[in-house]
Amino acid sequence: MSPERKSRIAELLDQHEKELLASWIDRQLQSVSTRRDLIDETELREQSRQLLRLLGEAAVSGTDDIQGSAWEPVREVLGAMSRSRARLGFTPSETAMFVLSLKEPLFTLLRQQLGSDARAIAEETWNATVLLDRLGLYTTEVYQKGREEIIVRQQQDALELSTPVVQLWDGILGLPLIGTLDSARTQVVMESLLQRIVDTGARIAIIDITGVPTVDTLVAQHLLKTVAAARLMGADCIISGIRPQIAQTVVHLGLDLTTVITKATLADAFAVALQRAGLAVVRAAAPR
Amino acid sequence: MERIPILKMGPVLLVSIQVDMHDQLALTLQDDLTDRIVKTHARSVLIDISSLEVVDSFIGRMLGNIAAMSRVLDAETVVVGMRPAVAITLVELGMSLSGVRTALNVERAMEMLQVASANGHAAMGEGTDDRRPD
Amino acid sequence: MTVARTEKLPVQTSEDIVKVRQAVRAWAVQLGFSLVDQTKIVTAASELARNTVIYGGGGTVELESLLEPRRRGLRLTFADQGAGIANTEQALKDGFTTGNGLGLGLGGAKRLSNEFEIHSQPGAGTTVRITRWT
Repeated sequence: MSPERKSRIAELLDQHEKELLASWIDRQLQSVSTRRDLIDETELREQSRQLLRLLGEAAVSGTDDIQGSAWEPVREVLGAMSRSRARLGFTPSETAMFVLSLKEPLFTLLRQQLGSDARAIAEETWNATVLLDRLGLYTTEVYQKGREEIIVRQQQDALELSTPVVQLWDGILGLPLIGTLDSARTQVVMESLLQRIVDTGARIAIIDITGVPTVDTLVAQHLLKTVAAARLMGADCIISGIRPQIAQTVVHLGLDLTTVITKATLADAFAVALQRAGLAVVRAAAPR
Repeated sequence: MERIPILKMGPVLLVSIQVDMHDQLALTLQDDLTDRIVKTHARSVLIDISSLEVVDSFIGRMLGNIAAMSRVLDAETVVVGMRPAVAITLVELGMSLSGVRTALNVERAMEMLQVASANGHAAMGEGTDDRRPD
Repeated sequence: MTVARTEKLPVQTSEDIVKVRQAVRAWAVQLGFSLVDQTKIVTAASELARNTVIYGGGGTVELESLLEPRRRGLRLTFADQGAGIANTEQALKDGFTTGNGLGLGLGGAKRLSNEFEIHSQPGAGTTVRITRWT
């Protein structure tokens, strides 16, 4: 695109900013995707005014590379706006529509100003649409990245919350696993378990897998890694919560769990743990 | 040449590894320990690695070798104080040191070793063992 | 992604292996890695450094700190002009060794890293590159 052509848009944005802003805001206020329920009119007006001003300034530079430095102020504002709309609950399309809704008023303006020059109208309309499409896509990208960050943070939180290590008795830890056991989760599990072993001096850890839906070769590997790591710190592990289906899977897949004590229930495992710890549960004398 | 010091406390040989060992130092320790076990008729070897921030396959192998060699010499080895990050890394590396007995700290290790000697012979087999006499 | 800092170290002797561990540790700390992640990359570096010394006839390691908008990385490139590996796939399988019993190094380093690349040809030396991200 030649600078000369581009600056016609810049020229128009500069000379007709006020009326363009008015018709753009009008257009937005009429549209459902503006989400008047999530954003108030004053803020909308201000955001539109700001963006239009920055658009005009950037357009003067004559380049249409929106990743370049001339467009940085525009990117910043659009980025901030996308992120905030993501948080407010806008969909990606609704967020992009903020930019794309400028097309109609801008094209109308072009037709008015370029009058009978059909070729110029076609050309400038094309330039404008390419530019606004790029900016619209940019808002979608920023929106997506913002959502990803939220998801990652939530995943971290979920991981940590879902692997509590409880002390069942002096020297005996319990680790009820709920959900699938993938390698990321295994890392968190190992770190929590080993830290608790250090903190409590536990010698036995019962890993209960009642809440683990499937046990395949990978899950078995993860479990064995956890058991091996605990053993390196002087603690033995018992795996409990072996459902009949899991027992069948273990045999069918030829999984080698012979190095680990396994029990059907947590209660059974606890009994074994007490025994190994040299403890016994005794009935208290009946109160009289 | 620098060597890792080996202390004798009764029938127990105590080694505390406090430096980032280069390979030769580790090999020397292996040799020195085997020598000392024979010379002192030691029944137990306690290797304190609580200061080690890294245990790679070479050191892991060294620990395994020491455990195996001492067993042949009718002595029991316990590796003590492995740090959580080290344990996780070692397992990820693929070494579980299954032939090596482990304890959380020196106190525990001593308890284990007393049990072993009370049983009259170095316990054969692997892993921690809380069996008490009678 | 930008490379913020680089440094090249010799990996010729077993003392160099220790120095590599210490340098990698310092860089990992500086990049803000968690303790477990630090331990993993230092251990991986130790394995690869040892391979470079023993099988590669000595070589170099280049440390690079990588900066991306959302994460930081530590990249290590070990290079030697040694005999090279004919079958890298085979070499990555645990337990495979042509030397004195150190089979876990290459596969282990791969497991401990987020990214792993190896280029090797018989007679043309070996280059191994690993990266760990925060």
